[in-house]
Amino acid sequence: MKAFKGDWVQIYFIALEPDERAEHLPEDTKKVPLEVRIKGFLMNEEAEINDEVIIKTVIGREVKGKMIEINPVYKHNFGEPIPELLNISNELLSILEEGEE
Amino acid sequence: MDKSYNSIMSRKNEIMKKSVGVDYSKYEIEGLAFDYEKMMEEAGYSIEKIIELQNETGVGNTPLVELKNINKLIKKLSPKGKGARVFVKDEATNPSLSYKDRRASVSAYRAKQMGYKGIMAATSGNYGAAVASQAVKRGLRSIIVQECHDSRGIGQPEILEKARACEGYGAEVVQISVGPELFYYFLLLLEETGYFNASLYTPFGIAGVETLGWEIAHQSKSLCGKFPDVVISTHAGGGITTGTARGLIKAGAFDTKVIGASVDLSGLHMASDNDFNKKSFTTGHTGFGIPFAVYPDRSDVPRNAARVLRYMDRYLLVTQGEVFYMTEALAVLEGMQRGPAGNTSLTAAFALAQEMNEDEIIVINETEYTGAGKLPSAQLTFAKENGIAIKRGDPIEEDIPGKNIIIPENPSQIKYIEYSMDKMKRSYVKQMMKRDGFKMFSDIEIKFMAEDTNSSVEEIKNFIKELK
Repeated sequence: MKAFKGDWVQIYFIALEPDERAEHLPEDTKKVPLEVRIKGFLMNEEAEINDEVIIKTVIGREVKGKMIEINPVYKHNFGEPIPELLNISNELLSILEEGEE
Repeated sequence: MDKSYNSIMSRKNEIMKKSVGVDYSKYEIEGLAFDYEKMMEEAGYSIEKIIELQNETGVGNTPLVELKNINKLIKKLSPKGKGARVFVKDEATNPSLSYKDRRASVSAYRAKQMGYKGIMAATSGNYGAAVASQAVKRGLRSIIVQECHDSRGIGQPEILEKARACEGYGAEVVQISVGPELFYYFLLLLEETGYFNASLYTPFGIAGVETLGWEIAHQSKSLCGKFPDVVISTHAGGGITTGTARGLIKAGAFDTKVIGASVDLSGLHMASDNDFNKKSFTTGHTGFGIPFAVYPDRSDVPRNAARVLRYMDRYLLVTQGEVFYMTEALAVLEGMQRGPAGNTSLTAAFALAQEMNEDEIIVINETEYTGAGKLPSAQLTFAKENGIAIKRGDPIEEDIPGKNIIIPENPSQIKYIEYSMDKMKRSYVKQMMKRDGFKMFSDIEIKFMAEDTNSSVEEIKNFIKELK
C-alpha cells in the first residue's frame, strides 16, 4: 500500500534507546526503548509502510519517522458485553422493588 | 542544541521558567518552606475573575443532581436513622465533558494574555481534551503529550479515546511509550516550540477549580438549606481535591469535610512496561494518589499548587470491581452513563452514606463523560485480553490488582478501605527528611510542614523523632 503527499499517516521513532533512558526504572521498562508515535500529513511524494518519511503535524511541525500506518484507524471501541455486568440492572431493580407492592 | 536526556533535563529549570510565566523564587522562605497562600494569591486569580473568564468559554455552572434511586437503595441497606443523601456535581456537562475544563480555561486565558502562540500539556487524561478545547476558544494551537502504548505497541483504550478527542479539537497528539521520560520529551517540545506549559499544577490552574467548590457550596445551600456535610473527591494528582476544598472555604463552608477517594492499585508499579496495561483505571488511583499527597513538589513546576494534605480529612480506597459495579448502578438506576473518575467517589459515597445520618448530605464533586474505550465493557474486554480474571465475588476479600477484577454480587458488599491520614503525614515527613539529607529542620521549616499537612508542630516533631 502506498501513501502520497498530503495523506494522513502515523509515524514511529525511538526517542531514547534502552541505555539512554532515565535511571531507577523497573527492570522490564529498562530493557525497552522509549518510543514515540505521531500523526501528520506526508511530505514525501510517495511512501510505503516502514519507509523513513517526513510528516507535517496538524500544527505545522515537521517530524521524521518510520511510516507505520496510512489513514490510521481508531482502534478503541466499546468492547464485548460483559456477562458479569449484565445482570446488575435486574438485581438492583428487584432490591428496590422489595416490599414496594 | 543537544537533545539528549541528560542535556534536556539539565535545562529543565530554564525551560520551565520560560514556559510557565511564574517566578517561584519570590515565594521561597527558607529551606523547604515557602509561602503557599501568597503564591496562590499573587500567581492565581480571584474567584470573581475565574467566574468571569469561565463564563466567557462556557465552563462551569453545572447541575447538582440528587441520586434519588441510589439514595433509596442506600436507605434500604442502612440501619434505622442512617443513610445520608448523595448528590453528584455533573461536570460532564462542561464543553470538553469533564471538570478539567475549569483548569484548562485559566491556563488558556493566561497563555493568550501573555502572548504565547500555543499551549502544551503532558497528560494521558481528560486534561488534554480540555486544554485543546479551551485553546481553540482563545485562538491558540495545542500539543498534547501522552503516555499511551506499552512495548508491544498496545494502547490503553481510555488513553486512545483521549487522543481521539484531542485530535478532534485540532491538537497535535504525541504518544509516548511507558516511562517517566515523558517529562523529558515534553521539555524537549516546550523548548522547540516556545509554547506555554499548561501544567496541571500551577497556582492559576488550581484557582480554576475553586469555582467547583464554590458552586457546590451555594447549590447545596439552595437545594438543601445547608452546606454539604461531606464532599468526596476522586484523588490522583491532588488538583480537584485542593481546588474544591479552597472553593468551599471561600464560599464559607468551613465545616464541610473533604474526603479523597482512589482506586486501590497496590502492587502495580506505575513505570513498569508490563504492569501498564494490567490496570483498568488510568487515573484516580493510588499510583498517583499516594505519591502526590506525600510529596507534592514532584510536579513539573518547582512548587505544586495542589497540596491535598492541607485539606483532606480522610482518604478512602475502593476496588476496581466496585467502581465498575457502581458505574452500572448509576446508569441503570439514575439514567446517567458516566466515566470512571466520578464513579470512584460515588463508590466511596455509597458505602460512607450508610454510616452517616439520614439528614446529612454527601456531594460527589465530579462526573466525566463515557464512550468508546471508557465504558466498563471496553475496559473489561481489554482486561480479559491482558490476562486479568473477571468474576463476581466479594471485592474487599478477593481483589488483587493486576490479577483479577471482582464485581460485587450484591450492593451490600460495596465497602471502602480506610487509608490512614497519619500514615500519609508520616510519609510526607519521611520524604522531606530523605530529600534534605536527614538534616536538622529549622523552626520555620517545621511550621511549614505542619501547615502543609494540616497537623500541629508537635505532631511533626513526633514524626521526625520516630523516623530518625
